[in-house]
Amino acid sequence: MNMSKQLLLGNEALARGLWEAGCKFVSSYPGTPSTEITESAAAYAEMECEWAPNEKVALEGAHGACISGVRAFSGMKHVGLNVAADPLFTASYTGVNAGLVIAVADDPGMHSSQNEQDSRHFARASKTMMLEPSDSQECLDFAKLAFELSERFDTPVLLRLSTRISHARSVVTPGERVEVPEKPYIKDPGKYVMMPAMARGRHTVVEKRILAQKAWAEQSGLNRAEYHDKKIGVICSGINYQYAREALGERASYFKLGCVYPLPEQALRDFCGQCETVYVAEDLDDYIEGHCKALGLEVHGKDVFSLEGEFSQAILRKAILGEEYPCRSLPLEIPGRPPVLCPGCPHRSLFYALKKQKVFVSGDIGCYTLGALAPLSAMDTTVCMGASVSGLHGRNKANPDNAAKSVAVLGDSTFIHSGITGLINIAYNKSDSVVVILDNSITGMTGHQQNPTTGLTLQGDPTAAVDLEALCRAVGINQVTVVDPDDMAATERALQEALAFEGPAVVISRRPCALLKSVKAKPALRTDSARCTGCKMCMRVGCPALSLKNGKTEINATQCVGCGVCRQLCRFGAITNPEGGQAS
Amino acid sequence: MSEKTKSILIVGVGGQGTLLASRILGAALLSRDYDVKVSEVHGMSQRGGSVVTYVKYGGQVASPIIEKGEADVMLAFETLEAARWLPMLRPGGKVVVNTQRIDPMPVITGAAAYPENVLEALEAAGVDVLAMDALSMAQSAGSAKAVNLVLLGALARRMDLPPEVWQKAIEACVKPQFAEMNRKAFELGYER
Repeated sequence: MNMSKQLLLGNEALARGLWEAGCKFVSSYPGTPSTEITESAAAYAEMECEWAPNEKVALEGAHGACISGVRAFSGMKHVGLNVAADPLFTASYTGVNAGLVIAVADDPGMHSSQNEQDSRHFARASKTMMLEPSDSQECLDFAKLAFELSERFDTPVLLRLSTRISHARSVVTPGERVEVPEKPYIKDPGKYVMMPAMARGRHTVVEKRILAQKAWAEQSGLNRAEYHDKKIGVICSGINYQYAREALGERASYFKLGCVYPLPEQALRDFCGQCETVYVAEDLDDYIEGHCKALGLEVHGKDVFSLEGEFSQAILRKAILGEEYPCRSLPLEIPGRPPVLCPGCPHRSLFYALKKQKVFVSGDIGCYTLGALAPLSAMDTTVCMGASVSGLHGRNKANPDNAAKSVAVLGDSTFIHSGITGLINIAYNKSDSVVVILDNSITGMTGHQQNPTTGLTLQGDPTAAVDLEALCRAVGINQVTVVDPDDMAATERALQEALAFEGPAVVISRRPCALLKSVKAKPALRTDSARCTGCKMCMRVGCPALSLKNGKTEINATQCVGCGVCRQLCRFGAITNPEGGQAS
Repeated sequence: MSEKTKSILIVGVGGQGTLLASRILGAALLSRDYDVKVSEVHGMSQRGGSVVTYVKYGGQVASPIIEKGEADVMLAFETLEAARWLPMLRPGGKVVVNTQRIDPMPVITGAAAYPENVLEALEAAGVDVLAMDALSMAQSAGSAKAVNLVLLGALARRMDLPPEVWQKAIEACVKPQFAEMNRKAFELGYER
């Protein structure tokens, strides 16, 4: 047994690569599928790692660290790069002192995202070099190489990941950390103060830099042709290289791009000249295909592949070879199994109360987006982080009559990420809006990351905690109430009062996530079948621990955490705690 | 090693512990010097939704995912999920299925019905099925949460890795305080 080999997620391997490269500062905001990069990095004591309030703050922190002279990193999901786009575009102009590497994880197929944008456009638009690994070993290797390239070309370097790279484990042979001496900071306003006169000079530098990178991309081993049968040639990068290899084996030749910005020209011309029919296999946009066509190369791309969803070996096999594997399915109606709010989730009763109020719910990004699904169905819009608050303001400005029957809902972490600016806008521009902060004391959807409201750092060390009530009051909200969502009557009252209040109001619905280790489950509830009339009132909250057996409610004892929400809904006292009582 | 790639599909409901099963499997295979890829699902789909994990091993594995007609074995933690993911199984592939039934939300709300005859339908379709009540077996091992180790044990019996490899992989992947209970669950499954 080779002890040095490990089976690592792409994200874990990337973190290892950062460590081996001598990186000293890591600042990120969690986002599926990128989260584990920073969680894994935090296990290495030599790197100062943190969760920032959002991706813009994270990248600006990493940029500041690199200017000061240490290698720095920031990781995010694709939509996070939208938030961090502002510093990215100008960091491209300033360049770096020590290396700056930014990982961006795309989510083709939208396993856990609100869109499937293609981050490669950001590399070209911001003129920032971008590498794309195709397995965990490459995640490690490319992370190290990215720091070298960053310093060599004086540029931030983007690492593009995707769900199947970030969340697939493959075999990695780790190396050792090489300490990199801190680079001295030398004051240089022409390079680091981006006001027009200086920025013009830097733009010239950027254009020259790209020419040098293009020359490098032509001969770099990162972009390589692998020749087998030359009837079919496939140009690909990242996970699509693996799909192509699996689908076609040695029946095709491959041009594997490890660097997707800038793209080579002559190397691609040579490959296309060697192969009879060339395909560009890339999920999402026709980024490489467009480049090839601009070079006048004859390639197939989106004429045979979709612009939507993630690819697979089966998709490539069918599109290129016209082959499909036989498979069976059962002649049964198979009901879907959408994700649901967990048993005991504090969001459940809040959404039930909103549904009862028949209000327009301006939603946001998090576990609680599941409140949009049946049977709660209590969400009208979800766009991006923080948009619940600012969108509600616009709605209420458009027609002030909306205000009495509309609310925004967003989580504690989302509120800090970019809800607070929307709330300032509500107070400043005087909209009569009601914002509900679902404070479950954690960043839930991405798997329990600390945030500035929890009082704990990424490492779990005690730190300052944002006082949400005081913060809301400080920006000019005079009506701030805190309620326990599991007290359904109180929650309903708090919502009604906030909606009736003249002026902006905030309701903080506060109860920790039921999955937190610090939250102890209460004994499972049970039903008294003599009392249960089968009215299904308890089913209206959509708790997965409840089911109907022979017309009566049954509670799954291994799932139930005893939150008591279903008991509050039962008009017949049929749901009881194990001691037999009905009171909470 | 130029061995042909083998594909194991692990399906279940978010929260059933499919990830741990895939990690133990991955660790066991890695210790035998196979090339291994394990594809996991994180984020929204974990919240009680249908989840699928892919484990592939052989001389050299390219894609980390399994597509229609490719799986050699399907380990199904829940009966409806076995039906849902059956198209991924190759002709002649095997299914190890837990007879546990977990109602999905459309069934709970009454919008859809849970098909009653999944196991019969699997057998009628000529699928090689090993069905077991892994939940009861896990409970007798000490925890309802050990369904994953019971099923893994049943799978292990049908793979040709030496028993000590599994023991080491379990030790490496579970917390010491749960190792004994998990080992017991694994053995109950292995004996099936």
